[in-house]
Order: sequence, then C-alpha cells, then structure tokens
Amino acid sequence: MKEGVAIVGIGVTGFTSVSPSLSFKEITYSAAVKAYSEAGLSPKDIDSFITASEDFMEGYSIFDEYVPDQLGAVLRPVQTVTADFLQALGIGYMMINTGRFRTIAIEAHSKSSNIKTLDEVQSFALDPVYLRPLKENSTFLAGLEMKRFLKDSGNTEEQCAHVVIKNKKNALYNTNAAYGANLTVDDILSSQPISLPLKHLDVAEPADGAIVVVLASHNEAKALCKNPIWIKGIAWFSGQGNPWSRNLCSADYATLAARKAFAMAGITNPIKEIDFAEVCDEYSYKELQHLESMGIVRKGEAGFLTENGATGLDGILPVNVSGGSLGVGHTFEASGGMKTYEAVLQLRNQAGKRQIKDARVGLVQSWRGIPTATGAVAILSNE
Amino acid sequence: MNIEKVPVKGLTSEEYDKAIKISWQPKLQYAWDNGIAIGKYLQALKEGKILASYCNGCGRIMLPARSFCELCWRPTDGYTYVKDTGVINTFAICHVNWDASRLKPDEPRHIPAVIEIDGATQGQGIMHIIGNVEPTKVTIGMKVRAVWKPESEREGSITDIKYFEPY
Amino acid sequence: MGLRKVAIVGAGITKFVRRAEETGPEMSYLAAKMALDQAGLKLKDVEMVTVGSAPDAFDGVHMKGEYLLSGAGGNNKQYIRNFVGGGTGVFAPIHGWMHVASGACDVCLVVCSEKMSSCHPHPQGAFLTIFDHTTEQPLNPTLIWIFALEMRRYMETYGLSKTDIARVSVKNKNNALDHPSAQVAEAVTLEDVLNSEVLAEPVHRLDISPASDGAAAVVLVSEDVAKRLTDKPIWIDGVGWNLDTAYWATKDLYYPRYVEKAARMAYEMAGITEPQKQIHVAEPYDPFDYKELHHMEGLLLCERGEAARLTAEGYTARNGNLPVCPSGGALGVGNPIAATGLMKVIEIFLQLREEAGKRQVPGKPKVGVAQAWGDLMQVGTVIVLRR
Repeated sequence: MKEGVAIVGIGVTGFTSVSPSLSFKEITYSAAVKAYSEAGLSPKDIDSFITASEDFMEGYSIFDEYVPDQLGAVLRPVQTVTADFLQALGIGYMMINTGRFRTIAIEAHSKSSNIKTLDEVQSFALDPVYLRPLKENSTFLAGLEMKRFLKDSGNTEEQCAHVVIKNKKNALYNTNAAYGANLTVDDILSSQPISLPLKHLDVAEPADGAIVVVLASHNEAKALCKNPIWIKGIAWFSGQGNPWSRNLCSADYATLAARKAFAMAGITNPIKEIDFAEVCDEYSYKELQHLESMGIVRKGEAGFLTENGATGLDGILPVNVSGGSLGVGHTFEASGGMKTYEAVLQLRNQAGKRQIKDARVGLVQSWRGIPTATGAVAILSNE
Repeated sequence: MNIEKVPVKGLTSEEYDKAIKISWQPKLQYAWDNGIAIGKYLQALKEGKILASYCNGCGRIMLPARSFCELCWRPTDGYTYVKDTGVINTFAICHVNWDASRLKPDEPRHIPAVIEIDGATQGQGIMHIIGNVEPTKVTIGMKVRAVWKPESEREGSITDIKYFEPY
Repeated sequence: MGLRKVAIVGAGITKFVRRAEETGPEMSYLAAKMALDQAGLKLKDVEMVTVGSAPDAFDGVHMKGEYLLSGAGGNNKQYIRNFVGGGTGVFAPIHGWMHVASGACDVCLVVCSEKMSSCHPHPQGAFLTIFDHTTEQPLNPTLIWIFALEMRRYMETYGLSKTDIARVSVKNKNNALDHPSAQVAEAVTLEDVLNSEVLAEPVHRLDISPASDGAAAVVLVSEDVAKRLTDKPIWIDGVGWNLDTAYWATKDLYYPRYVEKAARMAYEMAGITEPQKQIHVAEPYDPFDYKELHHMEGLLLCERGEAARLTAEGYTARNGNLPVCPSGGALGVGNPIAATGLMKVIEIFLQLREEAGKRQVPGKPKVGVAQAWGDLMQVGTVIVLRR
C-alpha cells in the first residue's frame, strides 16, 4: 500500500470581522458541508474527526461537548486538541499513517467577535505566578520580542510596516478577507502605540470564520479526487515554554518545525523549492522573524527582501498572498486553517486574481500566539 | 517495577491558611451569536411559546430548535410550535448550589428535570426546573406544564419559563 | 503499514490530594520523571509529548496546555494537548498510541495533570460552564444535577435500590486502602454511604469521588525499543473512543451507548469477541458509584442491568471472577479528572505485570481494559492492554 496523505476537500465560511447572523455551530456546519461535498463523502464515510479549539475562546468549559453535531459526527470517534488547526492537521496525518483510518475531518473556527473581554482572555494565559500579577496587557510580550528581534537582526520598524502594507494590499484581492486596505508606511508608523515598538496597525485584528478539511490516505485520495493536495511534510514544535527563558531573537518552534517538515518533504533549498509561503504575521515583525527562523531567508535579510518586493505577488517567493492574518483577520485556532485554505487554492489553480504561476509546492506555517512558543509547519504539493 | 512511594504531600487546612497564595479573578465575558435557530427559539420563548424544528429525514420534531439535524446531517425542514406541557423523563432533588455551597434548611430544594415536551417526538425535551410541588411527590412520568413569566418580564431566555408544575 | 505495536514501559503517579502545594507543571514533572526513571529513559530520549488535562477553568489558566509544557517535558519537543473532558485520562495514552503507531516516533511521553483546587469557591463551580450557555446556564445548573438525573434514570430502568449502588463505593474505597496515591481510601460500610449527606437525591456524599489535585504519566515506545528496555512490555492492543451529542433528548441516559461504541472499536482492534470471558481485569471510570455499573454494562462486561447483582455477589471483587477497579478507582484514590483515567491505565499496566503489590488480583491476568468518560454524559474512551 502506497503511503501518502492528501487533502481531498476543504470548506471555509468567512472571514469577517463579525458574524452576527450565525452561531458557531451554523458556520462550522456550513464549512463542513462544503468540504464534504468537495470530497464526495458523507459524514458516515469519514473515519474520525478532530477539532482544534480552546475553552476560553469559546466561552465553554469542555468545548468538546458541542463539536460532533455540526460535523455529522454524533456517536463517532471525535477528539479535541487545544492547538492550532495545523497541529490538528498533523494529528490527522499521523492517524492515517497508523493504517487504521482512511479519512479524517479536521475543523477549527473563530468566533472571537463574541468575546467581549478578549484582552482579558488572552492575559488569562499568562503564567499565574510570574507574569499575570504584573497586570500588563499580554501584548507586552510581543512588544518586548519585537524590540529584541529588530535589534538583533537589523531589520527595521519601517520594514515591518512594509509587511503590513503588502499583506493588507494582497487581501484586497481576497473575497474571504476582512481587513484589506491600501496603506502607506506613514499610516502604520503613526498609528496608535500599543506596546512600542508595536503599534496598532502592526497587529492583526480578530475575525470570525470556520474551516473544515478532509484528509485521505493515498488510495482513498486517488479514488475520490482529481486534484488531491498532498501533505509532503508536517511537524509542530514547542520551543521554550516559559517566556522569560526564551530566545527572543528567533522563533525556535518555527526553526524546529521547518527543519523536520523540510526533511520529511525532501527540501534542502527552501527558497528555490518552495513556490509560495503562508506565514504567521499576527504581529508584523513575526513574518520577518518566521521567514528567518525557518531558514528560508538569511538572518537580517527578511526586512530588506520585503521592502524590495521579493515576497510580493510577483516576487521570488510570494509570502502571504492571502493577505495573512493582517489582511484576512486573526482567526486564532483557525489561523493555520485559513493559511491552508489559501495554499490549497493556489495549488489547485483556483486563486483567481492572486494566482501564482506554476504553483507546485507551498509552505504553511502557524504560531499559537502569545504567550506561547508553539507552532507548526506544513509543506503541501499538488504532485 | 513497584510504585510504593509517590510524590506530592497535600496541604492540611492550617498549612493552606499559612501558605502564600496568589489569586486572580478573571473578567471573562462573552456575547454569543445565537444564530438562526436558537434566535428563533428565544424569540418564541419571549412570545410565550416553545419552538421545535422538524426533519423529514428522520421524522423527528426536535427541541431545542436547530438549523440542521445532527443525525441525518442535513438542514432541518422547518419550525413548528409544540405545547408547553410535558412529562418528566428524569429528575433530581438537589440540596447544593452551583458552587457546592449547601442550601439553607429553610430554602426550597432545587428540582432539575428533563421534561419530554408534548408535540415533540417521544423523548425530545428540554432541561428545566420543577416547581410548586412537594419534592417527595415528584415522579418519573408525572405530567407537568410551564409556568410563564408575565409578558412584560419575558426577555427571550429559557428563564421566561419560571418552572414546570404538575397538573 | 500501520501495524506497529506500541507498548507501555514505564509509569509514574503522584499522590492524589485535596490541595497540593505543587503547581500543575510541578506535578507533571514529578509524574513524568517517575515514569521515565521506571522506563530507564531520560527526557532527551523522548521525541514527542502529549498531555491530557481537563477544563482550563480548574487551573485557572487559558491555554492550560502551554502552561503545563515545561513541567511535562515539552520544551523543544513536539508537544500537544488533547482534551475530551473527563475521557481525557484514557484518551491521552490513545493519543500517545497514535504518535508511535504511525511511525512518527519511537518514544512518546504521556502526561496527565490536574489542579482542581485552584478554582474557588469550589472546583464544582467550574462545571457551570459546561452546560449550554444559552439554553441551560441561566437555570444555574450544577454538575451534581446531571449525575443525579442519570442515576435516577438508571435505577428506575432496572429497579435498583440505593444499596445496590452503594456497594460499589464500599468496594472501591476499601480497595483504595492499598493504593499509595489514595486520597479518600476508607474502610466504609454500606451504612456509612447510605447515611452520608444527601447532595442531590438520589446521590449521597459518599457516592461521589472528591475533587483532587494530582498527576500521572506513562512512557509509550515502539516494539524494538520495548524489547531493549524491559522483559515485561505491556502492549496497547486496542483503542477506541466515541462522542455522543450534547442534546439531552437525542440520547437516553440509562445506557452509555457511546461507551459501548468506543469499547467495540477497541475490542475489534484487539481481536476480542467475548469481552465477558476474554477480559481479566477492568478499570471503568467511577466518579460516582453508579457509574461503575453503568460503564461495566457499556463495556459489555455483563448484560444490561446485571452489573449491580454481580457486584452484590462479589463477582467484581479483587478475588472475584472479574475484578473491577482493584485500584480503588476514583471513589477511593481520588479524581483529578485527567490523571484519574491515566491512573486506571497504570493500574491495568501494573496488574498485568503482577506488580500491583497488595492490590494484585490473582490468576495472572493477561488482558485488561481501562475506560474513562466525560463531557455532558457523552464521551467514552477505552483502551485494551495485553501482556
């Protein structure tokens, strides 16, 4: 039996800044219907289901309870992982490789607009003994890291602003994006300070939406789908758990995950072998830090390359053609899902105005956000 | 391999009182989008009615209302009002509050129940409270009816029904 | 492909207590270190880590998995947290099984930790938010409601008395006197249980396991590594899990059909066709005493409605035909939710290796099953271990 795991169906609802007319069950149901139809499967044909979610983002303890209905998974093997969508995708990939599951459905969603005290929820993730009593808005961790990263790498605040400009402009071509805009460097540098050097426009704003993906083993994928998108490599890693002991210059989780994913996919020269990348840009500097940490560009170069269009739609390595989180909206546990969606569209030649020519191999990277050092990397290909 | 000695001691009450403690009261507030089905369900409660959904696939008339049938996995075919009377499927007589504090001796006992609502498919029901009856008289199979708040006080919440009482 | 065998080669557990001095990450470390020491491995030998922990509301930290990370050995590793409510304790090793059986790694560390005591005024309060926020929370439900509702339905369906059910609490609390981690082991009698304070008719205080702090860990390895490390690897023969809907009325509370489905999934994988004969020792989840009976039936270890009679006849005692909860279960050892499930898996592990000390059941058991349950009467997680 040949090995291999592919995406055979994908469905998205969103992404919008608010979604008042539908409940989380309804947006997920809607995405699941699209994904299953694409795959030509009914829920009964799907062997197992995985949800990526966090209780306090939902406002439920044990959110797992409310998962099965909208996936058609009542009385089926369903699990919840408190992780990013991309990590859940990795678990699904592993499950198929055990040889006991042929198809897996994976879902994540964001209803962040329903959280009235989002900052408080985010700060609730800080270490209760060492960090929380400082009573700071948790964004301070990003501000600290940005300052350290810029100093160490030599990238500049202006170059971070170019990330924002590029991504929000890309989002104007993406009908699933909530925050497309045409901005100038000045707009961003003069925007309201949040946790300097982090300013308001450096930070991705929250969005709502849902994403469902159907994975299949090699033989199933070939039978179900004319254009399966293969997962060539996937890995998730956590760096240093305690923020105060962390290397702030580099994103270790991205380095470790990329190294493993590249090895799995047989990639030795990423900038040449990857056609595009969807990289976590929840804070503008993160896009630069992630590109350098993954070894796709050399240390200190990411800012320069961005400024000069190398990571633009027509550049040598388009980054965040979807608009990234800055342009689409930050969808928390679903972030990796939003990026996976873009990668699949590109690899299927369905990305319309933002289609990259001859897209064959894409990289998708996610980060779980403050205060974590956890993230995943996946390499997808249409061959 | 023998597990005989295990770590972690456990604090006595005195030790706990003397220990250094850090406390935090989080502000976790949400405003959930109810969506189409629950939105209609709550609206119906405000009007003093109970709204169910029906699915032509399995033939069930289901409570609470929902946009899709979770068993057939297809959109529900419509909504229909059911009665506000029903039958007790199971119940409990509770002497504690949600935070485990004990009810005082003169406070009335809480009687939560699952009530199968008339007009919905057999077995379909909702969770609510039984009231206006001696706890010892409550039985499985007892017929009960909703006691509503007056119209001016109803806000589109499950508490628009004060409780169910036997009749 | 995919027929890689997975074995448990080491286990660690802390004491289960009402209020630990240690934090969640510290307890995780203690349990993980013990498991690695027992296995003869070091943290650097561990390639992947999966952590199980129930509601973040207990520890009072959002993204609890990331908080536990350093203590659970997750730094610079592939680390993920799985969370299926109360079923987590048995789901965590199932998750670990996926990591090794898929070929992704040869050594996976599984850690479960819970610190319920952080939640004030009482951990039970955290369960308010497991109910539907719109259609149920306004009624101020408590966790005890759902157990009382289910217990009454179960008793009424089979004509059982409170005595029938209280026998389980007596058995388990007494069994737990021999467990080093036990929090509430007690030589209770039937009268003690039936006379204890009524919390929600028909549930008495001694029918319930306590809120606890505690942690447990196991080390899972591939066949090659197992053979190098020990001459008594215990194989994970079958895994199963199943989640029912939260809608009350789409399920009937008297029978846990989701446990049956999870059990069938695990038994099919393990090649078990006659569980009543082929399972030699069982650890079903017993947060309330009637749950042990409920789950015995769901696990197909006896006919529906028969579990109480078998218990009364001594069938499920340590020296009975099918010892059930020889550890003392949640009722006797304590219930730090996720750690409890893993404690049960560890008990089967020890029983099959004949290393359960005073708790050892006779007859050289070869096959055992551990099961956990959770959510709103919804999830069943089952693991079958074989010597």
